[in-house]
Amino acid sequence: MDLNAAAAELDSDPQTAAGRTVYVYEIPVRLWHWINALAILVLATSGYLIGSPLPSTPGEASEQFLMGYIRFAHFAAAYIFAIGFLVRIYWAIVGNHHAREMFYLPLTDAKWWAGLLRELRWYLFLEKQPYKYVGHNPMGHLFMFLFVTVAAVLMICTGFALYGEGMGLDSWQDRLFGWVIPLLGGSQAVHSWHHLGMWGIVTFVILHVYAAVREDVMSRQTMISTMISGQRTFRE
Amino acid sequence: MTETFYDVLRRQGISRRSFLKFCSLTATSLGLDSAYAAKIANAMETKPRTPVIWLEGLECTCCSESFIRSAHPLTKDVILSMLSLDYHVTLMAAAGHQAEKQLEEIKKKYKGNYILAVEGNPPLNEDGMYCIEGGRPFVEILKETAADAKAVIAWGACASYGCVQAAKPNPTRATPIDKVISGKPIIKVPGCPPIAEVMTGVVTYLLTFDRLPELDRQGRPKMFYGQRIHDKCYRRPHFDAGQFVEKWDDDAARKGYCLYKMGCKGPTTYNACSTVRWNDGVSFPIQSGHGCIGCSEDGFWDKGSFYDRVTDIKQFGVEQNADKVGGTAAAVAGAAVAVHAAASVLKKAKKADAVKGEN
Repeated sequence: MDLNAAAAELDSDPQTAAGRTVYVYEIPVRLWHWINALAILVLATSGYLIGSPLPSTPGEASEQFLMGYIRFAHFAAAYIFAIGFLVRIYWAIVGNHHAREMFYLPLTDAKWWAGLLRELRWYLFLEKQPYKYVGHNPMGHLFMFLFVTVAAVLMICTGFALYGEGMGLDSWQDRLFGWVIPLLGGSQAVHSWHHLGMWGIVTFVILHVYAAVREDVMSRQTMISTMISGQRTFRE
Repeated sequence: MTETFYDVLRRQGISRRSFLKFCSLTATSLGLDSAYAAKIANAMETKPRTPVIWLEGLECTCCSESFIRSAHPLTKDVILSMLSLDYHVTLMAAAGHQAEKQLEEIKKKYKGNYILAVEGNPPLNEDGMYCIEGGRPFVEILKETAADAKAVIAWGACASYGCVQAAKPNPTRATPIDKVISGKPIIKVPGCPPIAEVMTGVVTYLLTFDRLPELDRQGRPKMFYGQRIHDKCYRRPHFDAGQFVEKWDDDAARKGYCLYKMGCKGPTTYNACSTVRWNDGVSFPIQSGHGCIGCSEDGFWDKGSFYDRVTDIKQFGVEQNADKVGGTAAAVAGAAVAVHAAASVLKKAKKADAVKGEN
């Protein structure tokens, strides 16, 4: 199938006809999205403060536990993030096909590439209209895969490896993730990767929020309300 | 018949009472329970002494310097009583051909039964010509001696990871010994140098139990490298409280606050400095007011400044760390979003005008 034929097929999908509403994101996916968003907010803030701590607090060391609380917030949110990711993987298996999208890239699908190109042109102001999609558009799909799935795996592996250093050599964290430390060239290097991963996710969040708001306003489908109700409505 | 440790001790005029005391002290320093004192005593009464060959490659002899300053057990006890340190370039009395002959004899007589301790590492470039001992490249001597050894000890950062001579660009291709020796158990005892008591502790364990101590993923004995400096640091309460030295000689430095912000590598370094300390337990770097430089970690010379908390990443140019690179990416994304949003608003306004015009 060449790209033009693929594009023609995309535009004539009866599911995305104006006025139609489709149920896309099931409850577990939506819950996970918002819990994950909160966890990332706490993780990025507390994580930054662990790497670059606040100015010193005066007084007796035994009377305060600021760094301890910041680290606690980071570890607690990390558990929520990691367990959420596992539940999300489970839901990818048992949920509808939209729940699976985030975990793979359809690199052999000509339609997907046609959509990606169109989406790129849309963002460069070269297209009047983007295609309509029930699930993610290909650009969103690509970013989800890289900055949610791949980034989450990177952050969970490096994060638990570093956490395992504190928990001790025979802790389950160390046994499951300790191999990451020599693999990346030592604990200090793992810290650097963990920082880069955080900035990758922060950059993604900026683009993600912008794209969701913009497409909700400018393209022919709902975005923000879809992540609350699960329903996507198409318009002309 | 070969002498046992006990025979040697008695011959040196050490009483049985002192011998038993030594056994319990050793059990304690290895973190074993009191029942092990009797086992150590039994082992030393019945086992023949194990000869140790100590080779030195590209190195600075700081490991040997550290070793001879051990307080528990005293190095003279280890050397003269417990192990027969048959070949050690710096410590042995013999020299020249006589010494080399002795090395050959031990290798033949104790084939498969001696311990090889290696200080430093072999350079591999130019067929190993950067380190010649007794007229031959060190790498050849190392491989030959390792072939008939029972176990190999890698002393210090050099033998374990490469250390300064293997730092970028590593012109002589100095290589850690585990990349050169194969098929032999290797115990890594990293540090620059390792702590004296850690060194003698490892040797004592090998000799008394006749097996390797439990090793971690990187081949280091867990009993000494099982925790980070940070985990047992006496300044840890200041870390948890969020009290940090902000710059050298500030009030916080005088109060002995945590050196985390000064780039202390305690949180990423596995060693026993904060428990065993140095020079008979007198002090260790953090106690003396300077952060840990992470000398017992792999490639510590190439891990950026000793004074940075977040390591510089060379790929992004000079003096960039993960936070600067990532922060820039986030800022660029934010700016791009703002510009794009403005353009989108314009486009929408234009479209609305067009629609109005049509109506």
